[in-house]
Amino acid sequence: MKRCLALVAMVSAFLFATTALAQTIKIGFNLSLTGDIPKVGEASKFAAEMLKEEINSKGGLDVGGKKYLLEFIYEDNESKAESAVAAALKLIEQNKVLAMVGPNSSKQAIPAAQQANDLETPMISPWSTNPATTLDRPWVFRAAFLDPFQGPIAVDFVKKQFGAKTAAVLFALDNDYSKGLAEIFRDEFQKKNGPGSIKAFESYASKDQDFSAQLTKIIAAKPDVIFLPNNYNEVALIVKQAHDLGWKGPFMGADAWGSAELMKLCGSDCIGHYFSTHYAAAGAKGDTKAFIDRYKAKYGYEPDDVAALTWDAVRIVLTAIQNAGQLTGDLRKDRKAIRDAMASIKEFPGITGTMKFNDQGDPIKCAVVVKIAEDGQFTFAESVCP
Amino acid sequence: MFDSFLQNIFNALQWGSFYSLIALGYTLVYGVLRLINFAHGDIFMVGAYIAFFVATTFLGYALSPTAALALTVPLTMLLTAAVGVTIERVAYRPLRRKGANRLYVVITALMCGLILENGNLALLGASRKSFPQLLDKTVYTLGPVSLTNQKLAVIACTILVFVFLQFVVTKTKIGMAMRAISYDKFAVPLMGIPLDTIILFTFVLGSSFAGLAGLLFALSYPVLDPYMGALVGWKAFISAVVGGIGDIRGAFVGGFLLGFVEILVVAFFPSTYRELIAFTILLLILYRKPTGIFGIAGTTKI
Repeated sequence: MKRCLALVAMVSAFLFATTALAQTIKIGFNLSLTGDIPKVGEASKFAAEMLKEEINSKGGLDVGGKKYLLEFIYEDNESKAESAVAAALKLIEQNKVLAMVGPNSSKQAIPAAQQANDLETPMISPWSTNPATTLDRPWVFRAAFLDPFQGPIAVDFVKKQFGAKTAAVLFALDNDYSKGLAEIFRDEFQKKNGPGSIKAFESYASKDQDFSAQLTKIIAAKPDVIFLPNNYNEVALIVKQAHDLGWKGPFMGADAWGSAELMKLCGSDCIGHYFSTHYAAAGAKGDTKAFIDRYKAKYGYEPDDVAALTWDAVRIVLTAIQNAGQLTGDLRKDRKAIRDAMASIKEFPGITGTMKFNDQGDPIKCAVVVKIAEDGQFTFAESVCP
Repeated sequence: MFDSFLQNIFNALQWGSFYSLIALGYTLVYGVLRLINFAHGDIFMVGAYIAFFVATTFLGYALSPTAALALTVPLTMLLTAAVGVTIERVAYRPLRRKGANRLYVVITALMCGLILENGNLALLGASRKSFPQLLDKTVYTLGPVSLTNQKLAVIACTILVFVFLQFVVTKTKIGMAMRAISYDKFAVPLMGIPLDTIILFTFVLGSSFAGLAGLLFALSYPVLDPYMGALVGWKAFISAVVGGIGDIRGAFVGGFLLGFVEILVVAFFPSTYRELIAFTILLLILYRKPTGIFGIAGTTKI
């Protein structure tokens, strides 16, 4: 018993000593490390780790003349909406983080953002594109463009590239991202090509593996192009099954295609198709290229858009902390100061392009359309700026 | 309309094949032990992963895909059977020896399934596996219908498995022993029939065909994840019940029935209504015939 007490005393003394020596800034990450889209969570975590190492190796982040070491806490949301809310609660209440990065997919980001907003903790989602994530939530920000911007890009692109006058859409009904983007695409396409130009508007549920009935319906309607605003894992199955059912036409995708794992799962079936995304790794310049090279050297594969956006998102948070001037140690006050500092960032030069923030906390930035080349690279096709 | 209907018939035949193959495993074990082996869906998942590892190993030794497939089929069935038998030995037999209530065995089965799922997640990580293409895919276009050789192979395999199992259970001596155990577990050993061997054989049959189903599934839907067996397994169980659990024909018909209902609902209604309409139909069937299509009223069931 005595020895036990001594041990406890020693450990607590040690803990005290370390906290006294270097003060830390805690940032929480609400990521999909398992579940439907694990590669998205992994990419986010890898990018964040890389940034943390860079800053901590220089002695920490300089806030008002004082150095703080960064401490990143990663919480898994299992790619589920309800787990994302629980993870947000844990990070905010239990781990007492200053700010939260993530969740990435709108499916998890929309409910988690409500939690962050209610508990008055600044949150930034790197990848969420559904407008509802930040809408009327002053504590919530994002680093990605919005679906009302992305959807019309896809509409214009298929018209220009394939001369498409009709289209079909297949989307995941229980995924806010997929459903939201599908509806935006449908409305915009019909506005530009007349009513009835969407030949089929079919849905499925997230765990589905067989899409043959929906695809049979779509192919029978003979659209010029099929729009797939789906997660990369589902894209791989849908594209293959459509080819099995005799579809030879083009697919147009959206930013959730852009995972490093897409080509591993989809293989040759995805080659030659296009999707809109946040950045094109092939042919990048300057800071973007430096980031890509470092990431590739460290983790062995090319970073996808989530990795780059996470890098930007964390840097926005860190810039806001620095702009806040000082950390008082009072969590509520510091969180408020960081939120205000984030809201007052008007322009941010990120590796995914320069962002200008509007009063909803949404960045206004350019999007790119990439083509999946023969070698599986995502090559630049065009850039669209608002 | 008719064109896509024909196409959907083939879609349904393929999709129903998987339900059928898995339902056959449920029904075999239930028919002998009166035990709902809820781990079966996850054994199917393990089968798919075993097929993945076996196939990639063979491909790694520069074997041609066809040769790799020829070796993968028996090896996957063998290894998956070993997994099924291990579960039987470790989890079910001790409970049976102690004469535990069937309820506890069912709960154990559920837990075994969860252990397989989460063990896989812990061992291999959450990243999905992409199944290699072992079968050179050719798309045949017959008028309005597009078929692949894979699809035809899946359907043919399912029918063969059904014929084989039906033959084993109804025409062979060991099949007679299996049916006898289901009739009276206590009298059978007195007749000199080795109870444990027969039960072991049942698990070998059920699990090896779950392994085959996993392999075929991975060929058709080549994205593997640890939870892939859960939902398909549950639905296959439901189709086994609708067909009349314990009867081989019931599992076969029930699986295809569910496949047809699911695909045709999507073909004619908005896809959102799929589960709603599909399970309403199944509920109606059970309402008319609570023992399932081929089922005979038993004295005790869970």
